[in-house]
Amino acid sequence: MNIGRQLKEGLITQNPVLVQMLGLCSTMAITTSIMNGLGMGVSVLIILTASNVVISAIRKIVPDKIRIAMFIVVIAGFVTCVDLLLQAFVPAIAESLGVFIPLIVVNCIILGRAESFSYKNGVAGSFFDGIFQGLGYTLVLLAMCFIRELLGAGTLAGFRIIPEQFPIGVLTLPVGGFLVLGFLIAAMQWALSKSKEGK
Amino acid sequence: MTDYKNLKLIATSSPHIRGSERTQTIMLDVIIAMLPALIFACFNFGLRALCLTAVSVAGCMFFEWLYQKAMKKPSSVMDLSSVVTGMLLSFVCPVQMPYWMILIGDAFAIIIVKQLFGGIGKNFVNPALAGRAVLLASYAGTMTSWVDPAVNKAAAFGSNVDIVTAATPLAYMKGPDAASIAASFDQLKGTYSVSNMFLGQIGGSMGEVSALLLIVGGVYLIWRKVINWQTPVAYIGTVAVLTFLFPRAGTGVEWMLYSLFGGGLMLGAFFMATDYATSPVTKKGQLVFGIGCGVFTVLIRYFGSYNEGVCYSIMVMNLFVALIDKYTKPVRFGTVKSDKKEASGK
Repeated sequence: MNIGRQLKEGLITQNPVLVQMLGLCSTMAITTSIMNGLGMGVSVLIILTASNVVISAIRKIVPDKIRIAMFIVVIAGFVTCVDLLLQAFVPAIAESLGVFIPLIVVNCIILGRAESFSYKNGVAGSFFDGIFQGLGYTLVLLAMCFIRELLGAGTLAGFRIIPEQFPIGVLTLPVGGFLVLGFLIAAMQWALSKSKEGK
Repeated sequence: MTDYKNLKLIATSSPHIRGSERTQTIMLDVIIAMLPALIFACFNFGLRALCLTAVSVAGCMFFEWLYQKAMKKPSSVMDLSSVVTGMLLSFVCPVQMPYWMILIGDAFAIIIVKQLFGGIGKNFVNPALAGRAVLLASYAGTMTSWVDPAVNKAAAFGSNVDIVTAATPLAYMKGPDAASIAASFDQLKGTYSVSNMFLGQIGGSMGEVSALLLIVGGVYLIWRKVINWQTPVAYIGTVAVLTFLFPRAGTGVEWMLYSLFGGGLMLGAFFMATDYATSPVTKKGQLVFGIGCGVFTVLIRYFGSYNEGVCYSIMVMNLFVALIDKYTKPVRFGTVKSDKKEASGK
């Protein structure tokens, strides 16, 4: 397995959010502050890596017809772990992320990677795939959080950067999520097409 | 004598006959049509109206120039379309808003709504309205407090915190139930007469108050063939019919007149809904578009959480333009009936 290529795929050429367009719902919903984005990104990264490893390990003994159900059971197990851990150790983040932590069970990124990667590849490859895809997701979340929190609320991780009367409040509303995500996707596609032309 | 030997037959592709109309001349006509309302705004709200418009126009031209400079594209600043956007945006904002706020609206309208989608003629909603929608969602407090022109004027420079504000007529025409609407509508009739409403001696966005001067500007545009009559007539007519048939207080005629002259209906119908890039191509389509705008405006005014629905109704209908164009496409000349189905099916 080529780790370098996997890293590049996870972060750029096959970025889960900006290129594969997976997990858009949570991306728009929770990216109103840096801490939310970090909490969500790291949670998904851990769950994705763990479930990738387990699914890859049991892929030979899972019958083809019930594989989706098996994936869900494995993923739900890890989501429950992470949910309870968050509630126990960082209750503030758990509260602000709310229902979106349990909803990771049905997050397309995790199910998508299980189906398209770890069900077909070895444990080591799946482990790195989980980490890199999770990192790609986290970076997009952080970029969105940075734009929306800084311009929409005027703060960064809770510290006030821009005085209270100036921030463009619409960016913290759902419509701002759509706008920022749309422009990030557009910028990504533009950059990808530029680099293709360069070759 | 003609030198037949050296005469060349020059064959070029169409068009062979060119009109004198340019984007620039059309936009200049729109600017001229808006001037009466701008002059009235200065008279009504004070000199700040002129300053705000100037800042907004300069902002729009600057952002257009900046984007095209950064992207190394040919500059279209001189086609005056950004001037029109800047004027329209300042027209739909309250006069006492800070100058930096309207610059944010300008930047959003020009860079995000207009240029990122391909520049003039390719924006999917009206840039000025999108700028206003963003400002309204971001700074709801400032965007919904209106200077009372009968009491005081806005200061051109410095702070306007101690200015007396008043509710717009549309705020009086909204309420939780029929009894409260009837009471506040009576209050409105006591405050502003119909002629006040028509002339524009009322509170509201800077350029929307004077129905008379906006109609004058609109008629000028129709006379100059810059816009067709279909969109504004269908729009205003639909609002008139609906408010006449379903008044929420008073008699039908009274309610209709206050609905027509209050808020941004005239400005929206003549100057916003007729934007070339975001309205249908065919006249039939423009009728449909105008009626849709009217229905949405009345629905938002009656049942929505905002007092005014013109901005959102035009933006919603902007999104339907591609669909309207698809279904109002004229049949090509010479198409036989049996071919029609095939042609329209495409």
